[in-house]
This record gives sequence, structure tokens and C-alpha cells, in this order.
Amino acid sequence: MYQFITGPLLWLSFSIFFIGCFVHVALYIRGLDFQLDRIAYNTNIVSGVKAALRSIGLWLVPFGTRCWRQNPVYTLIFYLFHVGAVVTPLFLSAHSVILKYRWGIYMPAMPDVVADVLTAGVLVAACGLLLRRMLVPEVRNLTTPRDIGVLFLSVAPFATAFMAYHQIGDVTFWTIAHILSGELFLVAVPFTKLSHIVLFFCSRIQIGMDFGIKRGGVKSSGFPW
Amino acid sequence: MQQGKLCNRIPVETKDKLKEILGDKGGIQYYKEMESLEVDVPALKDLLKRTLKSRLKTWLNSCMRCGLCADSCFLYIANDKDPKQVPSYKIQSTLGELVRRKGEVDTQFMMHCMDVAWAQCTCCNRCTMYCPMGIDTGVMFSYLRGILFSQGFVPWEMKIGSGMHRVYRAQMDITTEDWVDTCEWMEEETEEEWPGLKIPVDKENADIIYTVNAREAKHYPEDLADAAILFHLAGENWTVPSEGWEETSLAMFAGDWEAAKLQVKSVYSAIERLKPKRMVVTECGHAYRATVTEGPYWAGIKSGKPPVDSLHYVEWVAEALRTGKLKIDPAKRIKEPVTFQDSCNYIRNAGLADDARYIMSQIAEDFREMKPNREHNYCCGGGGGLNGIGRYRQERNIGLKVKRDQILETGAKLVISPCHNCWDALRDLEEVYKIGIRWSFLKPILIKMVVVPDHLKLSAE
Repeated sequence: MYQFITGPLLWLSFSIFFIGCFVHVALYIRGLDFQLDRIAYNTNIVSGVKAALRSIGLWLVPFGTRCWRQNPVYTLIFYLFHVGAVVTPLFLSAHSVILKYRWGIYMPAMPDVVADVLTAGVLVAACGLLLRRMLVPEVRNLTTPRDIGVLFLSVAPFATAFMAYHQIGDVTFWTIAHILSGELFLVAVPFTKLSHIVLFFCSRIQIGMDFGIKRGGVKSSGFPW
Repeated sequence: MQQGKLCNRIPVETKDKLKEILGDKGGIQYYKEMESLEVDVPALKDLLKRTLKSRLKTWLNSCMRCGLCADSCFLYIANDKDPKQVPSYKIQSTLGELVRRKGEVDTQFMMHCMDVAWAQCTCCNRCTMYCPMGIDTGVMFSYLRGILFSQGFVPWEMKIGSGMHRVYRAQMDITTEDWVDTCEWMEEETEEEWPGLKIPVDKENADIIYTVNAREAKHYPEDLADAAILFHLAGENWTVPSEGWEETSLAMFAGDWEAAKLQVKSVYSAIERLKPKRMVVTECGHAYRATVTEGPYWAGIKSGKPPVDSLHYVEWVAEALRTGKLKIDPAKRIKEPVTFQDSCNYIRNAGLADDARYIMSQIAEDFREMKPNREHNYCCGGGGGLNGIGRYRQERNIGLKVKRDQILETGAKLVISPCHNCWDALRDLEEVYKIGIRWSFLKPILIKMVVVPDHLKLSAE
């Protein structure tokens, strides 16, 4: 069981994840249309690229945009969630060991205590996001069952990892549940809103170019995101 | 498939048709017919297939429904934070639903989409700046308007407006003769006070081709005279075209992309015919958006640029003040507190905030910014065509509250508004809420305070 889910099933999950993400990006770029989008992507390349980088950069930095600054509590929850969700799996020592032994890939690892804190942060932030969805009227009105589902899908690998690491209950059960939920997450990325892992960058680059090339970027010092 | 006599999928293309639809005062029959206008589902499906590409699909599918766009929308604020006024909700429940149903929708749904697309979004694009995913709901509503127009579900005034562009290449029934007559009339009116002043029509190779809003020609011809005086004082070599003089585009508000293309092409043809060095657009926000920002794409120009370098009026004024072509008499600067209405179309969507500030620093002693301002300013409340649609008068008036409160907070009683839509919204705001404000375009303010060079003074004759 363990061999299968950390062997062929893991391969399959990663393949679906990477191919799916690649297809999303490729289809996104292929679907851009200068006339329908009304953006001359191929001219004013310098101001377009500059604005695209700025658009991504400022939104990745906590409190980098006016929107983040106006919503400080949400911003903290958002970054707690996303930093933990991205950094922990990539630099976890246990993952690093597996990568090295299975495929000979070296990944730097962070101390376990940091990973533990980040994981707890993801869980706390997820609770915050869920509460916000249920309690804030304008967000509740927007929320669909899929949004809740995607949140649970994203959190499951962290919750199970937390249980396994702290040896709460049956460690083998939590470990297998962690691996399976992680794989489910990877497989779900191309087929759900989790595709924003790549489409966030596509969309931000596109809107950055829009404002950089067409809507004022050429005539002013840059858009104040 | 059932279509009405007035409300149908066929754009207005003749004077007779225009007359017929104008005869239906307030669109009473028009909207009655709309209730039984059937949706051409195959055509709708085909349109979606041809035009719904990756950018729009991603915006619809990748909306994380976080609600951060809520507070960015002035209509959400004005409507006591009604969750149904959240930009994401508005677009997901209309265009989003239409796409999810693959175009299999009915009349009632399309009428609902129309009411949301024109009464609940002014396409001000402010929410774009507050969306972590970079989703532009204003652009999506504009796209939805195009779909609705193609199916005949468009407010009565918008159908007429786009018809005007198709018939007259202007948003109003002004012929070439009417326009040229107006130019001559204004030249005669002003030359007594300003000897040597000309409004040159169809002059080739001028430095500036000046294009206007049809309302100026029809209702405020003195605006053209003011423009002429300022060009005269600045010593500009300028002209107006006899055809292709109209910058505005109700077709853009209506989602009639074919008419929008016809309209901008008339301006670009004038440029090609007269070969000016640059174009200056009058004090109108959407006109600039239509002809300078979006127009080149409708016309299929690959560079995305109009045929010549084009300036909004605030750009020209800022340049004239910076270079000393126009000089302000310091003693005549505005003494009272004054604020500036940032137009969405040339500030947020064209980056001209600095030019507007420079002008205010030159003409006012007590300039007070609205909060928020510049690119973050709220729509006046009447953008995107909303000012002109009788069916949504109540919704528009509620929306005006946000601008009212912004202005009151500045303590200023005078609002400078170099945009026709904003100007109208401010006028109506005063009519509805009576807060004791005055509002003005730049031209009349400038004329009162610019220094007249000695050689142009009347007494120098």
C-alpha cells in the first residue's frame, strides 16, 4: 500500500499536476487575442513587461497594494495561509529525504519546528477563511459549495500531516491519509479553481500588460495597484 | 423567432427607423415588446464560441469569490452594502450564469442581465484594482453588453444612441452642414472680441486636429468658441474636420461594436485626409476612451495606437501651461476651495492624473483632493451610459450619494470636471441632493484667468 501510493500513484499525481498546469498556461496564452482583448501585446513590449512584473510583484508582497492595506486582517490570514501552503511542502525535511532517496533530487530543508509552525498557521488561517465565508454577508452570498470543497481539499494534507507529526491517534493512518490527500490535491489542481496556482500569474501578467500598454502605463509612471 | 417592431435584434440604420423609435417616448412600447423578444440561442452560442476566449474564461472561472471587490464598488457602498451589488456577484449571476448555461437562456434572464449590465455597473473598472486575481469586471460587463446588444436586449436610449452613430457618425442628429455652420457661427460670434480668431475647418497639415462631443455642437456651442479662443491665445495651428469631428461613442456604451468601429474610423479617416501632427480631444472622458484608448483595436490597428499622437484636453492644457503657451494671471486664480473630479476614463484608464494635478496647481489657490482620488477615485455615478437611461434613473440617483459625500468632505463648493459624463452627474447630483455646489469644465475657468498677449488684445487694434 505504502509503496504503491508513494510510487506509481505519486508519479501519476505529479504528472497530472504538471501536465495540467502546463496545459492551462498554454491554452491561456493561445487564447489571447489582440483584437478581442484590445491589447497590443506585441508592441510596447518594454512597458508591457515592466507593468506585468509590477502587477505580480506588488500583489505578492504583503501590504504591497492598496487592497491589501485596506483589509489588514484578511491580508494576514491570506498570507499565513498561502506562505505556509507553498513553502512547507516544498522545503519540508521529510519531503526532501523522499525526493533524495527516490529520485536523487536535492531540495534544501527547513527545521521541523518551522514547518510545524507554518502548518499550524495554514490550519488557523483556513479556519479564518472558512469563518469569513460563513459570517461576512457579501462573501457568504458569493460562496458556492465548490469554494468550501476546494478549501477542504487544500487543507486536508496539512491537517493530516499535523496529526501524523504530533502522533495523535494512529500514525500510519494519518500518514497514509496525508499522502492520499496530498495526491488528491495535486490531481485536483488542473480541474478546479486551484488552477489559480498558475492562472494567478497568467491573469496578473495580462492585466499588468493591459494597463501598461494601453491604459495609461505609457503616459504615466505606472499603475498604483 | 419573435421580434418586436422597435425592440429587435436589428440595429437602427436609417433616419426613418430613428424617427420611429424616437417617437416611442420613454420607450414604453419598446420595453413592452422586449418582454416577448425571444432569445436567438444558436446565434448566442455561436457568439460565445467566437468571442469568449481564455482571458474572459479565466476571469469567470478563477474568481476566488473572496469578496475583496465589494468595497471597491461605489454602487455597493451607495446601496448600503447590498451583497447583490458586489462586482463578483453581479458578473457571476449574469455573464457567468449565461456561460454556465452555454447560452441556453430565456427572455426574462436576458432582461435581468440588461438591468444589471447597465444599472449596476458603469464599467468604471475600479474593482480591477482591488482584485488579487486581476479580474476586470468592467471589461466583462462591457463584453456582456455586446452580447445583449446583439440579441436586442439593450436600453431604449442606448439603441437610439448607437443608431445615431450609424446614421450620423455622431451621437446626435447633426449633419456635416450643421456642424460646419456651428463652426462658422461661433467664429462670427467670437471674432469681434478676438480679432483674427478663426475656427479653421478642414485645414491640411495643421499641428492639431480638434475633435469634440456632439453635445457641444448641439447644446453648448460656446464650448467650441472657448476652445477656439484658447487655441488662439496659445498660438496653435489647429483645425476641425468637417467630417469625423465626433469623438464620443454611445455605441461603446451600448455594446454595438460595429457602430463603435464605424464611428472611430470616421475620425481616423479625417486624420488621414487632413494629415495633422496631433489630435486633441475635448473635455470628455468616454470620448477619449473610445477614440484614443479602445478605438484603434476596433479599427484593427495592430499597434493599438490612433493614427497620430492623441491628447485629452487636460494633457493639452497641462502642456500649454508648462511650455508657457498659456499663462495664468496669478491674481485671477481661483481663491475659494475647489476640488477636481477624476474621470475614470482618462485618469484610471489612461494615466492622466498628474496632468490634472498640474493644472489645478496652476489655476487654484486652495485645491482640495477628494478621498480617494486619482486612479482610485470613484465613478461620478453616471458613467457607462447610466446618466442617459430613464429606466434606471432611481438606481443612478442612489449611486450619486458616494460622489456627494466625497465632495462634501472636501468642503469645496466648486468642482472642476473636464468630462461630460461627470459634469452631467454633478449637475444631477446638485438637482437631487441640493448640496450647494457649482461645477465647471476647464475652458470657461481658463478663459477668465489666462494672460492675453498684447498683440491679441482688442485694445491693441
